[in-house]
Parts: sequence; C-alpha cells; structure tokens
Amino acid sequence: MSKPLKKKTYGLLAEYDSARAIYHACEQVRDAGYKVWDSHTPFAVHNLDKAMGLGPSVLPWIVFAMGMTGASLAMLLQWWTSTIDYPIVIAGKPYFSWQAFVPVTFELGVLFSAFGAVFGMLGLNRLPMWYHSLFNSERFLRHTDDKFFIAIEARDPKYDPQKTRELLERTGALHIEEVED
Amino acid sequence: MAQYQDELDPITGRKELVDGANVTFHDVTEAVARPIEVPSSRWWIAFIPSVMLLGVYLISIAYLLYMGTGIWGLNNPVAWGWAIVNFVFWVGIGHAGTLISAILFLFRQKWRTSINRAAEAMTIFAVICALQFPTFHTGRPWFIYWPLPLPNQMEMWPNFRSPLLWDVFAVSTYFTVSLLFWYVGLIPDLATMRDRAKTPIRRFAYGLFALGWRGSTRHWLNYEKAYMILAGLSTPLVLSVHTIVSFDFAVSQLPGWHTTIFPPYFVAGAIFSGFAMVLTLLLPLRAWFKLEHIITIKHLENMAKIILLTGTMVGYAYAMEFFIAWYSGNPYESFAFQNRLFGDYWWAYWIMVSCNVITPQFFWIKRIRRSVVWLFILSIFVNIGMWFERFVITVTSLHHDFLPSSWDYYSPTVWDVSTLVGSFGLFFTLFCLFVRYLPTVAIGEVKSVMSIANPHYHGDGAHGERH
Repeated sequence: MSKPLKKKTYGLLAEYDSARAIYHACEQVRDAGYKVWDSHTPFAVHNLDKAMGLGPSVLPWIVFAMGMTGASLAMLLQWWTSTIDYPIVIAGKPYFSWQAFVPVTFELGVLFSAFGAVFGMLGLNRLPMWYHSLFNSERFLRHTDDKFFIAIEARDPKYDPQKTRELLERTGALHIEEVED
Repeated sequence: MAQYQDELDPITGRKELVDGANVTFHDVTEAVARPIEVPSSRWWIAFIPSVMLLGVYLISIAYLLYMGTGIWGLNNPVAWGWAIVNFVFWVGIGHAGTLISAILFLFRQKWRTSINRAAEAMTIFAVICALQFPTFHTGRPWFIYWPLPLPNQMEMWPNFRSPLLWDVFAVSTYFTVSLLFWYVGLIPDLATMRDRAKTPIRRFAYGLFALGWRGSTRHWLNYEKAYMILAGLSTPLVLSVHTIVSFDFAVSQLPGWHTTIFPPYFVAGAIFSGFAMVLTLLLPLRAWFKLEHIITIKHLENMAKIILLTGTMVGYAYAMEFFIAWYSGNPYESFAFQNRLFGDYWWAYWIMVSCNVITPQFFWIKRIRRSVVWLFILSIFVNIGMWFERFVITVTSLHHDFLPSSWDYYSPTVWDVSTLVGSFGLFFTLFCLFVRYLPTVAIGEVKSVMSIANPHYHGDGAHGERH
C-alpha cells in the first residue's frame, strides 16, 4: 500500500458551443472508427444520431408488445369474468357481448403501451443512474444549459490518450479534458 | 409583402418562435429557471388565497364524510347534481393540455413548445380535481376500489357493460398516461435544474427525479421515440376519454342524453373549455414570470383561434341537437329541448349560450385575439359557460323526464357551492406549487425549435450574424 492509488481514466471530454459544431465533430469521430463514445447535448439535436452512426431505437417493438399484451389481457379478463366465472344476463345481451368490452380493451391497451414506452425508454437508457463519471467534470454541468460535449471512453479499442486528443482538437473542440472514472 | 409585413405571421414574417434578437440557449435557461430559484414575493399573492380556498374544500369534504351526501341538494330525479357537473367540467379542462402536448406535437406545431409544460400540468391537476367528485359522490369513498376487477369474497365482478365502469378505466388511464407524459418531458429540465442548483437540498431533490439524465444522444434517441409514441397514444386516448364521459349520458335512455352527437360534441366542448383555462392560467403567469418573449402574443392568438373553432363547433352542436329533437318527431325529445329553453332552468341555458356561442365569436377580430385583457376576460366567460353547459345537460334532462309524477326541481345547497369553489382551491394550490418548484416552460424543447439549434445553421438568416 505504499504506492498511491492510480486513478482510472473514464475518457476524454471535448466541449463545443453550437449545434453545428458538434454535428460536424460527431461525423469526424464516427468516421475515425470509434465505437464506445457519446455526445451530450442540452436538447435533441436534429439528426445527431445519424451523424454518430447510431441505428434506430428498438423501443417501438417493446411498446407494440406491451400494447398487445394489455389489450389481450383486458379482453380475456372481460370474456372470462362475464362468460365463465360470473355469467349474468344484463339488458338481454349475450354473455360475450364483445362490443361493450371495446372501451376497456382500448384503455388497457393504451395504458400498457404507455408503461412500455416510459419504462422501456428508461430501461434501454439504463436510467436511473445517479452516478456517472462525467458528472466529475465541472464544465460538464453546462451540458443541460448551452454547451455540447463529446466523450470518448478509454475502453474504446481505438482510444489513445494522445491520438484521440489530437482528433478532438481537429474537430474544433473549445476545451478538452480527461475525466476520472 | 410590400407595405405591410406582419412580423408575427408564420408565412410572411419571422420564423423565430422566441422573441428578441440574439437570444441564446443560456438566455432561455435563465428566463425559465430564474423565477424558480429566486422566487418573487408576488407568488404568495396567488398562493395564499389558493390555500384558503383549499381549506374551504377540505372543510366541505370533512363535513360531507361526517354527514353523507345528504348535505348536497340531490333529490330523487336529480341524483347526479353538481358532483357530476363538476366532474365533467374538470375532466374537460384537462383535455386542452393533452391536445397541446400530443395532438399539436403530431402535427409538428412547434409553437406548442412554450406552453405544453404548463398545459400538461393543468391537465393533471384538473383530472385530480375531477376524480374527487365521483369518489365522494359514491357516499362511501373508502369503497372506491369496488369498480376495479379485484377478486373478492363475494365472487362478483364489475359489470363491464356499464359506461360508468368504462369511465373508471378511461379516466384512470388518462391520468396515469398524462402523468407519465408530463414526467418524461420534465426529465431533461429537471437535469437542468439539478446542474444549476446552488443548495444541496435542491441538487438532491432535482437530481433524484432527473434520474441521472446526462443528455446523451444515445438516450435522446430512445427518449424522442418514447415521446412521440406517448403523443401518438395520448391522441386517441384523449378523444376516447371524453367520448366515454359522454357515454355516461348517451348510453342511457333519457331524452336529451340519448343522442349520437354527444361524443364529438363533448370532445369539442372539452377542448374549448380547456383552452380557455390555459389562457386564464398562462396570461398572469407569463406576465409575472416575465416570459412574454417565450410565450409570445402569437401563441395567445393561436389559442384564441382554437377557441373560436371549437366554440363554433359547440354552437353547431347546440343547434343540431335542436334540429334532431324536432326532426325525430319524438315528443319526449322535443319536450326536453323546449324545457331547456323555456323551462325551469331557462336562465342556465341562456347563460350557457351567451358564454359559449357568442363569446368566442369575438375572436374573429384580430385586435381582440391579441389583447391580453380581452383574452383574459373572454376566457373567464368561456369557463363559466362550459360549467353551465354541463349543468344544463345534467339537470334539465333529469329533473323532467318521462312521467310528470316524478318531476322535481333541483337546487344546490351551500355545500355544493363550497365544494365546487373549494375544488378551484385544490387546482390553484397545485398549480402554484408547480410554478414555484418546476420549470413552467419546456426548456429543452424551446431550445430545440430555435433556429440556432439547427445543425446546419450558418448564422446568415434574416436576423444577421450571431457572433
């Protein structure tokens, strides 16, 4: 324990001050072949995901599955309660008068879909995650205000402290810093 | 655009949705976040009366729980009374929030970004108020879980063929989805508040609910998809909710209620009343919080146009009800409508028509659409008119139905009035707390519709260089 603990590096954080600057910077980082990196912006910059080379979100499939589950469960519940478990004639209608069951089926379909959309989104984004290495950077606080950032992680196979920093400098970063893990 | 160029016209004039030259992203953050961090003492002027009204509400409910629903003016033919009137009124108020947040989003109406947050908050608080009334109207609110399909020792299930049960599902789904939609929209702005926080309590509170949001593009990708899906879900949902509320009436056999026009008529009325309430709330808010450059006069004018449109639709529905009552040749139906015009409740009917049909027609005049004072006054009239619409529908059909032997006159008691007035206290208290602690404008969304947010912006637009 005589040697001081060596601090681990999370990666390099580059700062930009406009949507335009980060858009072109992301294109360059993407073209340089990095994989484990991300950009951080105060709002969703239009098409920045394409400039980063990201594929489409899988969220719609989750929502679709959840919505179908909700609607099916609702219809199944109404069918089972009113024909099998507690059959009772109401207003001379058949036991399985499915037309009357449409509103509840629709509502539960929507409810389950909404749960799928919100919790699916949080799950895909690994949120909540209250600690993140990037929060160690004082400058990073402005990512929710008016600054734009690119973070290239040290675990990217192409990461090299010197070369990566040079790449980020070429993209026109205003400030580059190393962030601790 | 030779001599006259309307600077607010979306086609001939400016394209900026935020007023003022060289507004930066940071300016928007400051404009929205400052009033929360450095509260104005004027906030108390709104908050204290609201809390006092809330006290009126709590006393009314406490006495109701002690005595029972007999303290209300309900009688034998009119068993629904003000509780249902208020329920439909409050649910309707909520609908404008969803219209702004979901339907205008799907139509790519970018101007919505400055008003959607407050309107969604209004939706949630209005639905909270609405849910109070059927809950307490049951007389035994501790059994309010009975409509839910829970296995129980009686081995009974709810009647899924009843519109009242559909309503339970519709309104509770509506509340849940609205809350989720609102919260998802808030996450990036809560992160903004967290990153600006100067005190540990604030940093913890905002940070807790911001869930560690860090504006990652990989996150935005899923986030924007979720937001769009929620908008797509909310759109049919909001239409279904007031449709199902109208089924409470339309599926019954009562003259004046049993009509197919009810669902669209209720939805138009809901949006009409909701936009009026949005104006009532936002006009003071934008002045007190100095948000006039973000919630611009153009926004107010657009809302006035929607009020004009939906108000005219409501007026058309009133006329069409009468036409069908006459054209159907059904004597009970005809009587129900004559009774509305000239019967015991003629005064309520004419208040409704003056407020809902005549008032919005003033919005044909551009100067009125752009006058803050006029907008505020007319929005109050619409609020009053739409409450009376629900009163007319509920009470006139119930008090004189088929058999004269079962007719009676209904009048509210002081407790009916105090519960309604008190529910405004609940609503305004919640809204005051919202404007005190949460960003009233969607900061991130407003930034994203500014022209400097465009990745291809070169700073050579109509507004000159920005550097």
